Amino acid sequence: MKYLDEFRDPILAKKILAEIHKTVTKPWVIMEICGGQTHSIIRNGIDQVLPKEIELDHGPGCPVCVTPLEIIDKAIAIAGKPNVIFTSFGDMLRVPGSKKDLFMVKSEGGDVRAVYSPLEALTIAKNNPKKEVVFFAVGFETTAPGNAMAIHQAAKEGIANFSELVSHVLVPPAMEALLSSPENRVQGYLAAGHVCTIMGWEEYDPIAEKYQVPIVPTGFEPVDVLEGILLVVKQLEEGRYEVENQYLRSVKREGNQPAQELISKIYKITDRKWRGIGEIPQSGLSIREQYSAYDANLKFSVEDIQTNEPELCISGVILQGLKKPNECPAFGKECTPTTPLGATMVSSEGACAAYYKYQRMGK
Amino acid sequence: MKIENLSCPLPIMDHKTIQLAHGAGGQLSNDLIDTLFLPRFSNKTLNAMEDQAVLDFPGKRLSFSTDTFVVDPIFFPGGNIGELAINGTVNDVAMCGAKPLFLSVAFILEEGLPMEDLHQILISMEIAAKKAGVTIVTGDTKVVNKGSCDKIFINTTGIGVLEPDLNIASSQIKIGDKIILSGTLADHGMAVMTSRDGLSFQSRVKSDTAALNGLIDSMLKGSNNIHALRDPTRGGVATTLNEFARSSNMGISLIEENIPVKSDVKGACEILGIDPLYVANEGKLIAVVSNEDAPNILDAMKNHPLGKDAVIIGEVVSNHPGMVTMKTGLGANRIVDMPIGEQLPRIC
Repeated sequence: MKYLDEFRDPILAKKILAEIHKTVTKPWVIMEICGGQTHSIIRNGIDQVLPKEIELDHGPGCPVCVTPLEIIDKAIAIAGKPNVIFTSFGDMLRVPGSKKDLFMVKSEGGDVRAVYSPLEALTIAKNNPKKEVVFFAVGFETTAPGNAMAIHQAAKEGIANFSELVSHVLVPPAMEALLSSPENRVQGYLAAGHVCTIMGWEEYDPIAEKYQVPIVPTGFEPVDVLEGILLVVKQLEEGRYEVENQYLRSVKREGNQPAQELISKIYKITDRKWRGIGEIPQSGLSIREQYSAYDANLKFSVEDIQTNEPELCISGVILQGLKKPNECPAFGKECTPTTPLGATMVSSEGACAAYYKYQRMGK
Repeated sequence: MKIENLSCPLPIMDHKTIQLAHGAGGQLSNDLIDTLFLPRFSNKTLNAMEDQAVLDFPGKRLSFSTDTFVVDPIFFPGGNIGELAINGTVNDVAMCGAKPLFLSVAFILEEGLPMEDLHQILISMEIAAKKAGVTIVTGDTKVVNKGSCDKIFINTTGIGVLEPDLNIASSQIKIGDKIILSGTLADHGMAVMTSRDGLSFQSRVKSDTAALNGLIDSMLKGSNNIHALRDPTRGGVATTLNEFARSSNMGISLIEENIPVKSDVKGACEILGIDPLYVANEGKLIAVVSNEDAPNILDAMKNHPLGKDAVIIGEVVSNHPGMVTMKTGLGANRIVDMPIGEQLPRIC
């Protein structure tokens, strides 16, 4: 299949791998931001074949993992209301809230539906005018334009029974938060290719400059990831720190400007709590006042949310790349995909799930 | 930045009610069988946990199996619920090498089902039964209130006979055995998924639904050294291989590059964020065969229309007992796990 097979070509991948082996002379710590990249690395065994000098730390780029517990509890409370059709990307349905997950709400009779696009949720709203249709708008910059488009369309077509429960997060503030932490070990970044497809890479220039780290917007197939690593390693070895684009077939310097305009038309930048990490200033999106009619947070008063976060799980440390999933004492014991202690074990982009699914034997 | 609010929700271990994932063929389905069903009904035949029961009758050996079909939509590219119900049970009966002979068919119909739909479904069942060489000898019909079932549910039960010396079961799997897949993966599951409401792209993916008893006949003519057979339906090839690895307590090692997936199926899987290894097939089988006879059996398969794309995808190994692994294109190894429940589409 074009645009896929050539980036999974084992011969090309091995060539780049050999180049990495030839280039590296010192130990380096590189973080891949996006959970999709983490899964590609673990699934293809890229970490097994890299030179031992290169350590890959897994970043916080898993939207499911960083959505705060109180928002998930709120989603569960709204989804349980009698007149509501609650729609969400499938990934969110199995994430445990304090007491249950959205699948359980469904089995208790709640109308919970997995959709592929927020516009699908909008169609459901049109077809069910007597119901309130809520879409769980989570994710990074990648999903923000689609989610903004749904509100834009709802306003344009006067669909009043549609709203979004928004918990959007932004990548650059999280990168800065990690880099400014005294515990930081990361020396170079693979930036998230799809986030950069929307936002471009200009916003990373000041970060590369200020913290003197190479940042390489990178794709998700094995050849992409290996090439991204090679570009970072070359910079590190040569003492350079620039933003350098690996994901040429998708990412432009200025990004997708109509998408950016749509995001800022509907949403505004706000402080946001990241599950497991804490509040990061100016790191999220929320709905602007003029579109508040589409804000599920305001439409549904949900009181008495008592979040309950036990202490065994170290997902916060995992999400900051400070520990690997298999260094958690609960990994594969108390915590498995059927009995998850944290969202990182649930999401298909979570680092713990990737380790459990693909590599729990060899590590 | 300080690490604060280390997060960790309460574990949700006990399901107080049935979840959809309990029916998805993965880990939760297995848990349901192991903890609720088997302890109640335990006996030697059932505990073998094959797709069919092999029963010794005076002068005969019988293969006996049942399955219920609840697919949505009931008509999909390449087939409908009716032929699925015939082929599915024929295949389950045949996966021990038996010749399927008789079927029972039971319908649960929802009030309001268009008569024309039922008629179409019955015509395809008639054709499928003829093709598979089985006779429908008994049946039942119930109609329930609108909303009490989804259009039409079909149960089929089948009986077949098998040769006295044939013993095809996961207990026969041996180290060094080759694993043959009869053709491309994930056609049926993706045909159904891409024809569901709400997906705004068109695909040409067609279900592979087919009765495999003819293919198995041809294979047995190539060699009797077939150790295990199973059709990788719900839960896909990954689930079937994990069942083989667990019940034989041996390891299975696959080669990623050998796994055949049609280009348009691969495309649909990529768009929906779904791994073809976990997607249902309705006209494919996995054979675990002796190393020596693998070439003969593979040849026999390739000469049959339903096995023309057959390929060796891996082998049975002594290390990592109970586990399935895959050699990636980069030469690394990864686990191919049992799924938990349904595959969930990803956020981005």
